[in-house]
Amino acid sequence: MKVVVCVKQIPDPATPYTLEEGTNWLVRPNEQVLDDTDRYGVEMGLQISQATEGTVTLVCMGPTGNAQGIRQALAMGADKAVIIDDPELRGSDALITARALAAAIQKEGFDLVISGTESTDGYSGVIPQMLSELLSTPALTYATQVDTDGASVTIHRQTLAGYDVVTSRLPAVVSVTAGVVEPRYPTFKGIMDAKKKPVESLTLGDLGVEPSKAQKVASITDAPERSAGRKVVDEGEAFREIIALLEQRKVI
Amino acid sequence: MATVWVFVEETEGAPSALGLELLAKARELGEATVVYVGDGGDEPFATLGDHGASMLLHAQPGDRLPSGPLAAALADRMGDDPPDLILFGQAYTDRDVAGRLAARLGVGLLSNASDVRLTDSGVETDHEIFGGTRIATATMSGKPHIVLARPKSFQAEPSGGAVPNVEALELPDVGGAEATVTETHVEEREGPQLGDAKVVVSGGRGLGSAEAYDLIERLAKPLRAATGATRAIVDAGWVPYAKQVGQTGKTVKPAVYIAAGISGAMQHLVGMKDSTTIIAINKDPDAPIFSVADLGIVGDVHKVLPQLIEALQSR
Repeated sequence: MKVVVCVKQIPDPATPYTLEEGTNWLVRPNEQVLDDTDRYGVEMGLQISQATEGTVTLVCMGPTGNAQGIRQALAMGADKAVIIDDPELRGSDALITARALAAAIQKEGFDLVISGTESTDGYSGVIPQMLSELLSTPALTYATQVDTDGASVTIHRQTLAGYDVVTSRLPAVVSVTAGVVEPRYPTFKGIMDAKKKPVESLTLGDLGVEPSKAQKVASITDAPERSAGRKVVDEGEAFREIIALLEQRKVI
Repeated sequence: MATVWVFVEETEGAPSALGLELLAKARELGEATVVYVGDGGDEPFATLGDHGASMLLHAQPGDRLPSGPLAAALADRMGDDPPDLILFGQAYTDRDVAGRLAARLGVGLLSNASDVRLTDSGVETDHEIFGGTRIATATMSGKPHIVLARPKSFQAEPSGGAVPNVEALELPDVGGAEATVTETHVEEREGPQLGDAKVVVSGGRGLGSAEAYDLIERLAKPLRAATGATRAIVDAGWVPYAKQVGQTGKTVKPAVYIAAGISGAMQHLVGMKDSTTIIAINKDPDAPIFSVADLGIVGDVHKVLPQLIEALQSR
């Protein structure tokens, strides 16, 4: 089975994010990491491709940089990667992102597309759904479990009340939640092999997608600040301060 | 007058709380048509009228996954005369339908909005970024504007309107884009829920282990509190996703929020910083959570929580 997994390189969430002056776009350093939540999709893809003697292709949009994030996903075992990297894509909205990804996925061919539910740096949370519309497939979203027999796919779709069992024929797009599977750690061999795996680079021109600047970040302002209150170092009695405050707020 | 379509899902036979919040905003911006997804009936329709809906488009997907058929139906229904704005919530099915609809219409969308305004040139939305410390204001041209707003951004409010006209929205066959819901599982829910509890007690990495989450549950009992968690411990598999508070989880605004062993990552802060009173317990005196806490205890959760639980139990 031909599995495509959407992944994203993002600035390390442990570092402070900054915005570019003028455009207010997120500054993306040369060194980016694999979005941690993408590891679940990569693992799911690997398990499905191994069970069906298939392949896993990573599709990614954004500046390649030193490609460290992509190498992380390749080191887990994916076969190849396609990166859509075009300066015209800077500041793209969700629709253009989805169009670029969909065009690359179509070019690659697929039975199943897997992605996370939202990225950690942009979190628009609608890319898998947009992909499904552009690829004319169903979007089986927020999966906490995924099973496929090669002709159809069945997931547990998270809901507010619990979960629904949802099924469709392939091809399909599935978005997976963190925890759907336990992601493997790359082995030393995996890391060495990743250096030799093919990484293809595509531009918007290659894909026939028009850039757009319909959306703008017009301004950035400080939110009304919530001021810090009292800080107490616990020396065995600090719990009494909490009790006093709970009483004051009339919740006990 | 501007025309606004607003997406409202049915929960347990009634319009969802999120849907009624969105409707309040839609009514403020213009004439509100509700896209209602569920069984419907006199009671939910009257509630929607009371909250200001001037018209209803009623869709009953049954056992079909709604997104594909609904996006197609809405695109067909608006034809050449789209509304100015289509308002969705940042919620599961809302995201599914909004994403597909935007791609189908070839228009952009703005998600995670905390406020939305219609202007002469289009739409303007506010978004809390960097853990809610800054507000990004975005603009978008093209029509219709599709906006997804975070839960609890607006206050639901009855306005005393009449029962609106109801038009059945036929859902077309979408062929290869169809998916079927074959089973629905409702998980046992015990105690107060995150969305409406007066007190929320949440735990993070600082608890040290999955077992230690028991402290959070024991503290919640005497306070009749809902229990929450950070994304870090949800991803680690300590507690289910349903407990996650933050950017990619639930937004809560309780009277009192107790953060135990939570450092205060931006991802978490955005989901709880609007609580009326915040109490934080953390070993690290420099933890960012202390910058939003009304009372910050620099201490070990394994010492402070048992003392607190015992004191509350003995009251």
